Amino acid sequence: MTEVGYSEKVMEHFMNPRNVGVIENADGYGKVGNPTCGDLMEIFISVKDDIITDIKFRTFGCGSAIATSSMVTEMAKGKNIDEAMKITRNDVADELDGLPAKKMHCSNLAADALHEAIKDYKKKKGIE
Amino acid sequence: MEKIYLDYASATPVDPRVLEFAKRFLMKDMGNASSLHSAGLGTRKAIVEARTRIAELINAESENDIIFTSGATESNNLAIKGTAMRNTRKGKKVMASVIEHISVLNSMKELSKNGFEFGMLPVDSMGIIDLDQLKERLTDDTTVVSIMYANNEIGTIEPIKAAAKLIHEKGGFLHVDATAAAGKIPIDVQNEGIDLLTISSNDMYGPQGVGALYIKPGIKPQPFILGGGQERGFRSGTENLFGIAGMGEAARLAKEEMAEENGRLQKIRDQLIEQILEIENTNLTGHRTQRLPHHASFTFGRIEGESILLNMNQYNIQIATGSACTSRTLEASHVLLALGLKHEEAHGSMIISLGKSNSEEQIPHIVKAVRETIERLRAMSPL
Repeated sequence: MTEVGYSEKVMEHFMNPRNVGVIENADGYGKVGNPTCGDLMEIFISVKDDIITDIKFRTFGCGSAIATSSMVTEMAKGKNIDEAMKITRNDVADELDGLPAKKMHCSNLAADALHEAIKDYKKKKGIE
Repeated sequence: MEKIYLDYASATPVDPRVLEFAKRFLMKDMGNASSLHSAGLGTRKAIVEARTRIAELINAESENDIIFTSGATESNNLAIKGTAMRNTRKGKKVMASVIEHISVLNSMKELSKNGFEFGMLPVDSMGIIDLDQLKERLTDDTTVVSIMYANNEIGTIEPIKAAAKLIHEKGGFLHVDATAAAGKIPIDVQNEGIDLLTISSNDMYGPQGVGALYIKPGIKPQPFILGGGQERGFRSGTENLFGIAGMGEAARLAKEEMAEENGRLQKIRDQLIEQILEIENTNLTGHRTQRLPHHASFTFGRIEGESILLNMNQYNIQIATGSACTSRTLEASHVLLALGLKHEEAHGSMIISLGKSNSEEQIPHIVKAVRETIERLRAMSPL
């Protein structure tokens, strides 16, 4: 635990987030949260042969919102979409060596944003 | 990287001179103030001395009007609930401004659960209480009205004297929470017409775990802590001698050094405000001029306050925020919402409160850190 109450890994992802940005004409797009609550995140994916080949995010929110966004993009990149759908909020928190209890619900929406992006992709493709 | 502490409104370190002065009371001269022997006499004298220093800081009629408590929260509870309970024959209406500290608001809410009518006074967009509303809503049944001297989150100083006049016309009592203001700006309870005043030790370089309440002669809050009748019966229990002596010394130093320290900090503060407001989509919260001299507070569009705090901490700079994400309840600051800010605006707030360790040399480093923090977080923001 660092002096600010987050794990080293959370702070590392917060300070050096992976895959920040936008994908133009993304194959899938997901957005969750809302600025009134203090957290809003969006995820863009490129998919080829059902594999997530590229992924980007943008997040408005606290330290854990940014760190979980960064982590989920790292976890999902290169994965098959069905596998990526199985990534849960808890998986993301575990990969970050845990989140403070009160942050588990409000600022741990990144997996949800990923799932939305995959659903959007499937919908566009007419897979489901 | 040099540590730059900019969160003096949350806690001040104990001044080394205060510690030096008060530590003798932990080690010797430590009789019980209620004991007649000479050790007890030394303790009594030390407490009277501390009371006198507090009375001088706020220009109270005499040191007898000062009682010591465990801190500002207890002082607020005693002043509000005690005075309301004691004066039920006059009426059962109480009021507080909407930007009060949670210990004031929760004391008021507790009263409202017990048959009192609690009304909240609105503030304008700069945090100044609405005196017309106050006047309109005061009735002969009103007893305690609580208005803070200055707000810790937005720095705004309230028109206490004008409020006191209106409240006294209806025979009510004005309680003022001066936690953020005492020791920082001059307070004159007699001239301003304050009936009860809360003072915190650890907000003016004194030890934690001690506070004071000024009680104007003639007002008798009903005590909650009963026992041996210490503190004129308003607050029983053996005195926290170290804390009280330390708070007294802190008050003496604050009074002596206030004018000079204010001038010094205000100069730094004004430059920080000027330079930070140059960042696009940035606003000052609170009143521009009618504010604590060491206080600057902002909102930054499109980003969130906890991220600002964490990012600034990477520069070894400690600031505060009114963001929901840093509060225990995960609710946005009630103070910022009361100004009419939207939730997403309130989330992106930063509070700077300066103190003794700050200097002009730090300004470029602070401004650079703020600028880079805001830029980095905005680059990540979808808004």
